[in-house]
Amino acid sequence: MQADRLKTRPLSAQRIRKPAPFIIGGKAQMLTETKKLMDEAAISRSLRRIASEILERHNGTEGLALVGIRTRGIHLAHRLNKLIEEKEEKKIPVGVMDITLYRDDVFQGLPDPEVGPTRLDFSIRNYKIVLVDDVLYTGRTIRAALDELMDFGRPLKVELAVLIDRGCRELPIQADYVGKTVETEPNQSVKVQLREHDESEEVVLRQKSEK
Amino acid sequence: MEFKHRHLLGIEPLSRDDLHIILNLADSFKEISRRRIKKVPTLRGRTVVNLFMEPSTRTRVSFEIAQKRLSADSTNISVAASSVVKGETLLDTATNLEAMNPDIIVIRHKAAGSPHFLAREVNASIVNAGDGFHEHPTQALLDCLTIKDHKSDFEGLKVAIVGDIAHSRVAHSNIMALSKLGSEVRVAGPATMLQPGLDELGAKVFTDVEAAIEGVDVVMALRIQQERLGGDSLFANTREYARKYGLNRERIELIHPEGLVMHPGPINRGVEITPDVADGKRSVILEQVANGVAIRMAVLYLMAGGSPDDIANQK
Repeated sequence: MQADRLKTRPLSAQRIRKPAPFIIGGKAQMLTETKKLMDEAAISRSLRRIASEILERHNGTEGLALVGIRTRGIHLAHRLNKLIEEKEEKKIPVGVMDITLYRDDVFQGLPDPEVGPTRLDFSIRNYKIVLVDDVLYTGRTIRAALDELMDFGRPLKVELAVLIDRGCRELPIQADYVGKTVETEPNQSVKVQLREHDESEEVVLRQKSEK
Repeated sequence: MEFKHRHLLGIEPLSRDDLHIILNLADSFKEISRRRIKKVPTLRGRTVVNLFMEPSTRTRVSFEIAQKRLSADSTNISVAASSVVKGETLLDTATNLEAMNPDIIVIRHKAAGSPHFLAREVNASIVNAGDGFHEHPTQALLDCLTIKDHKSDFEGLKVAIVGDIAHSRVAHSNIMALSKLGSEVRVAGPATMLQPGLDELGAKVFTDVEAAIEGVDVVMALRIQQERLGGDSLFANTREYARKYGLNRERIELIHPEGLVMHPGPINRGVEITPDVADGKRSVILEQVANGVAIRMAVLYLMAGGSPDDIANQK
């Protein structure tokens, strides 16, 4: 059931490579190119580095837990967990959070009819939590995630790991572990595609289509 | 998928996709009720009025808890405390409430169609919490959620509803919901309690209970609603009813070995269901109650989804 639901809106690679509207002087024009920021190998290298950094900073896995933010953050959290397990041969708890109900713009427009379950099967009280998401942008998602996390208890510490930091922050929030930092404009979009959820594995920057 | 309804007036206007949206959402919302802090901030600052013009404990409390868990501000109006006893019409009550700008009105009323009437007259989103003999959509949805918890698929399931179908809004909503989801719905009861046209709703009609429940995956017992019959006598007496139509240990052996026993409550023990069956291992009656909160949270969340203007401005 869950797997089916996650697959309902795959954005195929083909659709992304299609010419997207490009904005010059306000109205819609076509942009023929999108820029690939990371390929499969780059994503895998970044995740390995982040896993090492997490272990280095925490001197191992003691008291460590990962919490992935739906949807792609969950897959990244599971990958990091696997990498950490390979390095240290120890399992750490992995939780899953859907932050939709905590968003500050939850009812700007139609409500999202697909809210996934939040699963934190361990008491977060005595853990150092690493939140995992794909893209860090305005910081509003992380604000919502922090609020939701606090409703489950008082973690010892919360850190943030993201695959891409694209700047344009609207809140004072920074990541502790970053795969790649890119300078972007608000009229651009950064799309992370992961094998578990999408047809390809890459990070793509493209011009947002304006109506 | 998108959910485009501003009101929940019944199961009838909903599509199969709409039903799945609500059930999936409710599935996610269940977890909130198991947290230490059982509250999310989603409906902060939204006002919900619970207008209950008929006695209700379970449904009203369930709606209230759902509202509190979503951080909505809610107010209850019950028939005894309202101006209805002073002679006010439903329209006057509604327009007066409207003047106070509620976002959602949850209404239970003895007149079928009263939620539809309100939906035309006021700006708030209307949620039907039971209208006459017509519909009780959130009850049907929570029944479906309970079935979904135990069975992998609605497609091909056999569900029997036993009792006073004619006077049961729960039965009507369930027949529609389960047939839309692809299940086979059977209804059984005394002929005086089976109105014509049930087959058009999608139900197979039986007067023999044993034949109806043979091999079913789910059996639902309905309460004899004496208070709604207005003195009509549709059966000889409760003892005869219990003997001929009640769910007892022997009858329950006829359903599928992994079949579920359900009841929308309140139960008249010893009439439509014997205590050993109601409390037995196949009974999921209390799970139904727990699921009610999740379903009502999902419905309120979808109803709170902005004004019609917001929807029009969507990309």
